[in-house]
Amino acid sequence: MKNILTVENVCKNYGNFTALNNVSIAVPEGSIFGLLGPNGAGKTSLIRIINQITLPDSGTVYLGGEKLQPHHIQSIGYLPEERGLYKSMKVGEQVLYLAQLKGMSKTEAKKKLLYWFEKFEITDWWNKKIQELSKGMAQKVQFIVTVLHGPKLLIFDEPFSGFDPINANLIKDEILKLRDEGASIIFSTHRMESVEELCEHIALIDKSNKILDGKLNDIKQQFSTNQFEVGLLSDNKEVLFSEIEAKFKVQKSKTSINNDLRLLIDLKNGETSTDLINYLNNKSQITHFTEIIPSANDIFLKAVANNG
Amino acid sequence: MGKLKLIIKREFLAKVKNKSFIILTLLSPLLMVGLFSLIIFLNEKNSEEIRTVAFVDESHQLETVFTDSEHTKYVNLTELGLETAKTKTKEFYYGLVFIPKNDSLKRLSKGIAFYSEDTPSLSLLSGIESKLEKKIRNLKIEQLHVDVDKIKATETNVDIASENFSGEKSSKIGSILRMAVGGGFGYLIFMFIIIYGTSVMRSVIEEKTSRIIEVIISSVKPFQLMLGKIIGNALAGILQFIIWMISAGFLMFLVTSIFGVETATSATSVGQMNPEMIQQVQQTSASELQLVLQEIKSLPILTMFFSFIIYFLGGYLIYSSIYAAIGAAVDSETDTQQFMLPVLMPLVIAIYVGFSVIENPHGPIALGFSLFPLTSPIVMLMRIPFGVPWWQIVISMLLLIITFIAIVWFAAKIYRVGILMYGKKPSYKELYKWLKY
Repeated sequence: MKNILTVENVCKNYGNFTALNNVSIAVPEGSIFGLLGPNGAGKTSLIRIINQITLPDSGTVYLGGEKLQPHHIQSIGYLPEERGLYKSMKVGEQVLYLAQLKGMSKTEAKKKLLYWFEKFEITDWWNKKIQELSKGMAQKVQFIVTVLHGPKLLIFDEPFSGFDPINANLIKDEILKLRDEGASIIFSTHRMESVEELCEHIALIDKSNKILDGKLNDIKQQFSTNQFEVGLLSDNKEVLFSEIEAKFKVQKSKTSINNDLRLLIDLKNGETSTDLINYLNNKSQITHFTEIIPSANDIFLKAVANNG
Repeated sequence: MGKLKLIIKREFLAKVKNKSFIILTLLSPLLMVGLFSLIIFLNEKNSEEIRTVAFVDESHQLETVFTDSEHTKYVNLTELGLETAKTKTKEFYYGLVFIPKNDSLKRLSKGIAFYSEDTPSLSLLSGIESKLEKKIRNLKIEQLHVDVDKIKATETNVDIASENFSGEKSSKIGSILRMAVGGGFGYLIFMFIIIYGTSVMRSVIEEKTSRIIEVIISSVKPFQLMLGKIIGNALAGILQFIIWMISAGFLMFLVTSIFGVETATSATSVGQMNPEMIQQVQQTSASELQLVLQEIKSLPILTMFFSFIIYFLGGYLIYSSIYAAIGAAVDSETDTQQFMLPVLMPLVIAIYVGFSVIENPHGPIALGFSLFPLTSPIVMLMRIPFGVPWWQIVISMLLLIITFIAIVWFAAKIYRVGILMYGKKPSYKELYKWLKY
């Protein structure tokens, strides 16, 4: 698959502080790419370099195969985490101004703007000042500012913060729609459930280093612990438990809804899930059998903890 | 270039559409003219008043002095005697001049008194004094048997007309005119820098606190934004000044035509003079007016005009980019204090030096401060009407331009880093570090 954005060996220092240390990422075209990391890891520094707000000390960034150049800002839409608009400027005027700064002509911007305003049903906000809008309303306007010029690459930094669940959903659907229309999206967030839901690829940055990247599914595979949760029906649970304990590494699981015996079983090297299921099947009736797949949240915590 | 134009337009409109800007722009000339017309009005009222002054001349030699004039009438109460005259004056008149009986001319001047309810007007008193002095002097001349006319013939009015070596005439009026023009220009630049520099700073802080800055600089270069801001604000300022000039001029014209103010020097003093003196005054004022016109013509107007533009641009750009850098370095206006003092200091010093420079336009202080780029826009402009050697202007302008480039470069660096920094109030050390980012 072609990459829309390639970051190669980028370093950035602020005085003695290293914000990015030899970071490389590749964002495949037409996908949603999760850029993850704890606070202060260097995500914003990287995003600012991609937006040409700051320059890297070394390393190169390619957009669509070309080395990053000033005209590329037209192909990027950026929604920063710290958002804001001119408070005393009218909504319509403001969006037109920002769109023109991105290189759109006024008439074109107006046409697109009307489309989005109708879509979000906010046409009557045109002559309102930002300070008259609520925070969530202003966020919607800001979202429109980000996508109005139809950029190839969209960078959303915590796009759902400040939205109620209904509007967060609306924005999420729009993001997915944009992806389906061919845009590539970099998605930076701390909300792991939305990563799970949206991202196909992720990269994890911690303490200015990239410590993990790839397809989310592959990473999950990589982080799988070979642990299974099973549920068994038995008249004498204690006997059954001690029998299983003799054969496998096992612990009692707390999540028991009905009256079955819930166990977490770790398989050692050489043992397969078929072995386990056959063994259990002979012993009692199986009500539940799943492999424990690490959540993005678990991976995040584990990777950051390992990075020390 | 297109983006810069967009930014300038937005900054200009944001400034011009601001309510406080509109109010200030429209109200100031009204306020100024209102104040001016109030002063004129009160003055008129004052001079319309006719005072009646009584006198008791027991010497019977000075009665002729007291001839009525436009605003002062005299009543002879000599026959009533001092005490009765006093009570009568208290009731009916503004004041009473008492001249005691005296045979000797030498001592006539002693013992003359003025009685009044309130403290008498200074101009009235000095008017009477000078009339009496003149009369007594004439009496003394007569007593010495000298022909008064002959003495008059010796009276001369000396007006030294100084001239510099290249033949340009200068005069006292000329110096005053130069002071006014130079001082006016210098002060104009000073005010403009402070008002619109601060406005640039506020605008930077607003972008920072509203957090729109990151969106904007993902579309344009920080330097473009800074430059657009500085130019946009300057244009708004120039518009404001033009509106002020035009409306003040128009209102002034309106007011003067309503009140019918004459341009003649204060009518009271003319009224109190005798006809000969009036003639004399008129002659001198006519020739002085001519002199003023001549002086205006002799001013290096072209040099002044061009240097005003260059110093205005240079000074404003230097200071407003410093203001922009300050705005970028802080989070709120309350944090700006520590940086404001070093910026305001050279400006204030320039104004002070400028006004002392007028006394000695070619001294070493004047020369030094008119070359130093942070003060030269003000000080040099104050000096130019007095005639400055061209090489000094050239050096001063070169220094100004070099400093302008250096400061804009430094300011842009601080601005670029500062606009994305939040939370911490930076120290000078921190700012120095930013230069290297």
